[in-house]
Amino acid sequence: MSELKSGSNLEKVLKAGHFALTGECGPPKGANVEHLREKAAHLVGVVDCVNVTDNQTAVVRMSSWAASLILLQMGIEPNFQMVCRDRNRLAMMADILGVSAHGIRNMLCLSGDHQKFGNHPDSKNVHDLDSMQLIHLVRTMRDDGKFPNGEEIDEKPKLFIGAAENPFAEPYEWRVHRLAKKIAAGAEFIQTQCIYNMDRFREFMKRAVDMGLHEKCYILAGVTPMKTLGMARYMAKSVPGMDVPASLIKRLEGAGKGKVAEEGIQFALEQIEEFKAMEGIAGIHLMAIEWEHKVPEIAERADLLPRPKV
Amino acid sequence: MIVGKQKPLEEIWDLVKGYGKILVFGCNTCVAVCHEGGNKEAEILGSLLRMKAKHKEVNIDIKDGGIERQCEHEYFEKAAGDIEGADAVLSIACGAGVQFLGEKFPHKPVLPGLNTTFIGVVDAPGEFSERCAMCGDCILHLTGGICPITRCSKSIMNGPCGGCNQGSCEISSDVPCGWYLIYERLKGQGRLELIHAYIPAKNWVTSRDGGPRKQVREDMKQEKQTAEG
Repeated sequence: MSELKSGSNLEKVLKAGHFALTGECGPPKGANVEHLREKAAHLVGVVDCVNVTDNQTAVVRMSSWAASLILLQMGIEPNFQMVCRDRNRLAMMADILGVSAHGIRNMLCLSGDHQKFGNHPDSKNVHDLDSMQLIHLVRTMRDDGKFPNGEEIDEKPKLFIGAAENPFAEPYEWRVHRLAKKIAAGAEFIQTQCIYNMDRFREFMKRAVDMGLHEKCYILAGVTPMKTLGMARYMAKSVPGMDVPASLIKRLEGAGKGKVAEEGIQFALEQIEEFKAMEGIAGIHLMAIEWEHKVPEIAERADLLPRPKV
Repeated sequence: MIVGKQKPLEEIWDLVKGYGKILVFGCNTCVAVCHEGGNKEAEILGSLLRMKAKHKEVNIDIKDGGIERQCEHEYFEKAAGDIEGADAVLSIACGAGVQFLGEKFPHKPVLPGLNTTFIGVVDAPGEFSERCAMCGDCILHLTGGICPITRCSKSIMNGPCGGCNQGSCEISSDVPCGWYLIYERLKGQGRLELIHAYIPAKNWVTSRDGGPRKQVREDMKQEKQTAEG
């Protein structure tokens, strides 16, 4: 895993053996660049790269590549997300070449939430490729310098290839094998679904380590601090693939009025401490949803600052 | 078989109300099995429309009829008179039948009285569910006899995705996750190795993406020519 494939900061940090910290920033529901800049500004120098979501939960937003470019101009390294729901393979390849040409060096390949959850549930979904095949596509274009039809690419895209995995979706015993499939297809780093059920995650990581997967790819543990009880209950009930144990909700309930957010952060800090010591974990993917301004504080308290310069 | 569902009566009424003579025309094969588009259903729909016309005080002559299959030439002969005698035909065949009728009687307005829903099975009396998306390149041998194109809401080839929730699809707890079913089936058969393998990008040329599809049996074509010759 030592040779640099993309030259991205995230790739360098991970390959130098540092414990990585990545963040996330959702593009605005409009062309409001200032709002995006304001949110992203909190992350400058605090994380190694920032995921830029692609119409997350199937709600239309500024495109991921455009928002990634704005971040790049701010001196923030983006992790360009792409879902399979909204593009066929032609559009995918065009955007892969486009983002690489603009200097974007990380890409996360995802299936995408079903459009039923979004604000245009009457739309047609694409799914020409699935996330596994998208990973394979990026690797083929980058490493073989070829399109899937065998035609040569004049200048190959340079991207560090990422994927997601959700250890909390059934069938549990299959998840680690699906992770292995993604790695074989070309995934070099993994950002997991938000983790709340620590028992299940420990079991997942044990299996991944037993299979040696942590030696073939960098696994970043997904952490999303709970802001409110409402958020915790909503995630437990309505967000696909989320596993929020009743014990965590009870703990947040017990925090008392005005103290839930701090309790949520406290839980996240405890998680990060455990992940630092957990075999096979190469870093944290901190998704502070619409709470970007809290990331510097969380990173500081988790003793993850300053970020390494590589 | 092809499953269909009659359009709501109000919608059908809006389609027919401007014509003087209407023929409600059933198709007695696939869509008769789901009790939506057969000749019996044409008779019932005809009665409902006559009542509607009476209630609305609109003067329409509404006849009903039907044939065995609206997707083959040979069955139309006996109904040609009824079809020619109507100002418009309300067909409750599948979309193929409606179009074929239109091709055979190009001067006759043809109205769809049924929505073609899917290719499916009869789960229980009155219950039907989808099984085949007609992609034209079957991979059921790789997926335990369960189709990921049809049964997965995202038609993914290397599932299940992270939205599988207690065996259900993320879109609804009433929809089983297709890939969960595939996993359980293959596990039961001791053949999980089939999905450990990466399934490459699908060639959608054989699906609708390749344009309207056509197939020709050369042997049968020749037989016909010989017979004619």
